[in-house]
Amino acid sequence: MILTIARNELRRMFLSPLAWTILAVVMLILAFMFLNNVQYFITIQSRLLSMGSDDGVTAVIAAPLLGNAAVVLLLVVPLLSMRLVADERRNKTLSLLVSAPVSMTEIILGKYLSLVAFLWLILALVAMMPLSLLAGGTLDFGLLGAGLFGLALLLAGFAAVGLFMSTLTQNQTVAAVSSFGVLLLFWILDWAGQGSGTSGILGYLSILNHYEPFLRGIFDTSDAAYLVLFILTFLMLSIRRLDMDRLGG
Amino acid sequence: MSDEVLVEVEDLSRAYGGMLAVRHISFSIRRGQVLGFLGPNGAGKTTTMQILSGNLAPTTGRVRIAGHDLLEDPRHAKQAIGYLPEQPPVYRELTVDEFLDYCASLNRIERGKRRAAREAAKIKCGLGDTGKRLIGNLSKGYQQRVGLAQAIIHLPPVIILDEPTVGLDPIQIREIRHLIRELGKEHGVILSTHILPEVQATCDQVQIISKGDLVLNDSIEGLSRHMQSSTLAIALRDPPDLARIREIAGVKSVQDQGDGRLHVFYDPATDPTDALVELSVQNRWGLYELQPQRASLEDIFVHITTEEQESPKGTAA
Repeated sequence: MILTIARNELRRMFLSPLAWTILAVVMLILAFMFLNNVQYFITIQSRLLSMGSDDGVTAVIAAPLLGNAAVVLLLVVPLLSMRLVADERRNKTLSLLVSAPVSMTEIILGKYLSLVAFLWLILALVAMMPLSLLAGGTLDFGLLGAGLFGLALLLAGFAAVGLFMSTLTQNQTVAAVSSFGVLLLFWILDWAGQGSGTSGILGYLSILNHYEPFLRGIFDTSDAAYLVLFILTFLMLSIRRLDMDRLGG
Repeated sequence: MSDEVLVEVEDLSRAYGGMLAVRHISFSIRRGQVLGFLGPNGAGKTTTMQILSGNLAPTTGRVRIAGHDLLEDPRHAKQAIGYLPEQPPVYRELTVDEFLDYCASLNRIERGKRRAAREAAKIKCGLGDTGKRLIGNLSKGYQQRVGLAQAIIHLPPVIILDEPTVGLDPIQIREIRHLIRELGKEHGVILSTHILPEVQATCDQVQIISKGDLVLNDSIEGLSRHMQSSTLAIALRDPPDLARIREIAGVKSVQDQGDGRLHVFYDPATDPTDALVELSVQNRWGLYELQPQRASLEDIFVHITTEEQESPKGTAA
């Protein structure tokens, strides 16, 4: 049942020009960044060798690309997630799902899955860029894999926040703006207490601090656990919020 | 089979903030029954429909659908209902076939039977050749039919329709009413409306709701009995003194409507029509119009819903 809902959501997403536009724009920008990184690597290649640095092509090209992709997608996810529930509420189509024999959990998970599937499609396309370098050399697959895994989890986290914000309102723009705000806040949370050396609990909550290790090739279970908990929390809140529609006015 | 109780509502209330939109209503629906839910705007019709379809949780009370409690066993209860809200819940960007297939799978129709279910629902709702068209490009009437097809695709025992004929043209209204009567033969149908002739045309049981209270629950025949009144509307070219008419046996009172038009209220036991016509001929009053007045459903409706606040008063004013 979850898959049925997810498939329908995905189909409707691709029937709107929004999905295609976002795919095109994101790909264009990331490809431009990727080419810049390649250019940069070529110019500093000899210097890296002479300095005896062990940074290879993956560290110089792929890791910054994935870092930038995270920022670009932080801007894009709210645009994709805003319609999930808010739009159905406005068009009064939500009752189709609610009066069907499916639970709130299934509705939320179906919608969530459709968004994650779309984001992971973008991720797969992004992954192809560094993989294309295989034509002329070799890559550090451990580093690339960790980075891609980190980004996959991060996007799933973004999607959970976006979905929750969409359940709060019936106005798509409000949903987009608020999810962008929340995501950005989580991103910059570690700015607090910067310079004092200890960023404390805010630094720990910052989603960026749990993404960066992946880009350096470090797979830390605590970082992965943080992201998984982050996702579960917002999914839980979404289900509760949707259920509130029935109970509240 | 026809006595099977499909919907049981007990002591249902729903509060919005401090305001009770629906107050302690109870009723039941059997298979083969079309129940008309009648009330002015804001009476609590839609709230009741939303509670029955699981879109709103009741503040107090219990709803059982086909033997399943809506709150304790929502999955089985919801499987037994088809719901068409005021605004048909359709995805405008899908084609009719895509949308109905999705609804079929949402309602857990087995994969192999979905196509047959979709085609059957389309035929019932007169959507025969629209399968490949985008719902967004269909007219309001056809979108309404798609909404109806969505509600009946899994052949639920209970069908809940919230103002199903709003925004349709007269021909479409007739077709939808016909369809509802057809559905009422095998299913239990609840229909909300504020259009009174619609109830007369389609329902066999009527409930009138006003300000959240159930004020009448009767069969259509019972309602017709309510409607028999004892009034004659007559028009005379040369009307006499009203006292002359009041003297006729059986006449209780006469009301002058101006222009020689009179309303004559009489005792149902003695019909004064013959005497009135005879007198008119004898005295050359020039009777040119005579019409027995039947209280319309409107009258009853207004009567019952206003009776709530005012003390009951006689109809023969």
